Amino acid sequence: MTETTGRAAPTTSPQPPAAPAVTAPRSARRSRPVGEHGWGSTAVGVAIIAVMLFPLYWMLNVSLQRSSGAVATPVLPFDLSFDGYATALREQSGNLLTSLVVAVGAVVLSLLVATPAAYALAQLRIRWAGGVLLAVLVSQMVPGIVIANALYSAYSDLGLLNSVAGLVLADAGLGIPFGILIMRAFMSAIPTSVVEAARVDGAGQVRAFVSVVLPMSRNALITAGLFTFLFAWGDFLFALTLTTTGEVRPVTLGIYTYIGTFVNDWSAVMATAVLASLPALLLLVVAQRYVSAGVTGGAVK
Amino acid sequence: MTAPPTARAAAGSSRATPDGAAPGGASPRRRGLRSPRTRARALELAFLAPAALYLLLFFAYPVAKNVVMGFQEYTTRTFFTGEAPWVGLDNYAAVLGSSLFDRALLNTVLFTGGSILGQFVLGLAIAVFFQRRFPLSGLLRSLLLLPWLVPLIVTSAVWRWMLDQDNGVINRAIGLLPLVDARPGWLTSTSLALLAVVLVNIWIGIPFNTTILYGGLQEIPGELYEAGALDGATGWRAFRHITWPLLRPVVTVVLVLGVVYTLKVLDIILGLTGGGPANATQTLSTQSYELSFRQFDFGQGAALGNVLIVISLVFAAVYLRANRRAVDE
Repeated sequence: MTETTGRAAPTTSPQPPAAPAVTAPRSARRSRPVGEHGWGSTAVGVAIIAVMLFPLYWMLNVSLQRSSGAVATPVLPFDLSFDGYATALREQSGNLLTSLVVAVGAVVLSLLVATPAAYALAQLRIRWAGGVLLAVLVSQMVPGIVIANALYSAYSDLGLLNSVAGLVLADAGLGIPFGILIMRAFMSAIPTSVVEAARVDGAGQVRAFVSVVLPMSRNALITAGLFTFLFAWGDFLFALTLTTTGEVRPVTLGIYTYIGTFVNDWSAVMATAVLASLPALLLLVVAQRYVSAGVTGGAVK
Repeated sequence: MTAPPTARAAAGSSRATPDGAAPGGASPRRRGLRSPRTRARALELAFLAPAALYLLLFFAYPVAKNVVMGFQEYTTRTFFTGEAPWVGLDNYAAVLGSSLFDRALLNTVLFTGGSILGQFVLGLAIAVFFQRRFPLSGLLRSLLLLPWLVPLIVTSAVWRWMLDQDNGVINRAIGLLPLVDARPGWLTSTSLALLAVVLVNIWIGIPFNTTILYGGLQEIPGELYEAGALDGATGWRAFRHITWPLLRPVVTVVLVLGVVYTLKVLDIILGLTGGGPANATQTLSTQSYELSFRQFDFGQGAALGNVLIVISLVFAAVYLRANRRAVDE
């Protein structure tokens, strides 16, 4: 995965392989002898989170103020204004839509590719399974710039530069290794007998996969899909290198273009940043357990 | 090095798929020999084929292509004429001999080392803190994930404004301190820019470190602490003699993953400083981008990218060893 292209960025988009190691017996849970800590600890915890989230608060704060040139922003948006959002929506709504289309496309493609592979690696006894899994892990080390460098010339030959399809293909690559790892961990936990029972009842390999394994793996599919969405939505490197005109421009590139020049309207930049952060916020609120599951990777078992 | 296993898997399945897709095509005698076991096998490989193909096209091919490009004069002209003359080791000589290389290498080491150290120490401290049970701890832990989930370019934009020399909130806060009369140019001073970029990257990495380490801490049986407490091991001594040894495998994974991911970081630096001022924050990654996509010398960009891969591979050995158990599992 590229940084995270994500994150790596975390890029970085770190995480998946860490999981299995973390997945020791879960029975140990809840037996912690830590004494009852009360609201004092809560206060300390709130302070830690407040410091960690301050930059995000600041983003929201600046986005809600009247565009004040480069003047220092008040600590609270007393002078509430939605001008920043008006500008952001006027200038970036096309880019936001592009990001949405690319991210959804990448989710669909990566699930189509990763799900059967995860099943094969988890449930079928395939001789090269170990090799493929190793390849998935090693692929995480390939720097995004190396991938972009090669894809640029390939895309140039294939006419995929400046196309939604090109970005979907590249961004799906961010989610596929992660999806394979996380769904494989989950599907390994499905008892072989369940799949075998379906086979005995006359279901073919494909039927067993589609009507037994897929429904049981719903949570893992959601987690893999959510993270692929976040990776693709936040992708900056491929957006930067695989587009050369304004034709197809994801919102990450829109933000980069904003801050690449002298900024005289930070409220519009921050409003765009808030809009670009909405998926992350939304997922954390609506699908928190899937997000936690994803971060701890294979711990979804 | 991804090529051999995936290549074989892909080749095997593409050979096999038509077999499975054409039932009844084979004569009864052959069917007796080959199906249905062979067909089942073919089908199994077909499950794996798309992913193998993807890994091949989007990871193995780029690596191979970069190796080749590293030996070529690959510039904008190549896109028009299709010619990419072989230049032997010229690209490597140019890239490694440039005065910028030492700078970029040093910056990469400092950026990676500083980021990992900061993320890990702070991440572990927060993870240990959250081991306590207190009201709202679950909610707070999930909120902590937010900085890590927002797009990196958003993070860059926010910090860029916060670190602004004249009107940034950081310098305004510093200005409030008594006896301090300084407005550091965080992103504009050659001596501070790298530090600023590292600090921002630490902020980004804390949630990941905390979450994984917290998961590892939760797996340590509580009875050990009870037994340790009887022997007088509490607080720091408990951490030193119980927590740390048992957390070691998770620590290894977190650190090695962190290094591998941080080496590749590009978004944050491009967004915050673009590698400047005066190359003060130029890393191997950003320099490779600069060569390929700003100077359109893809050959040199590829050569530098390959250097980056080699460095990653050194860590890969450690990484794969740490993950071997997970793979074999």
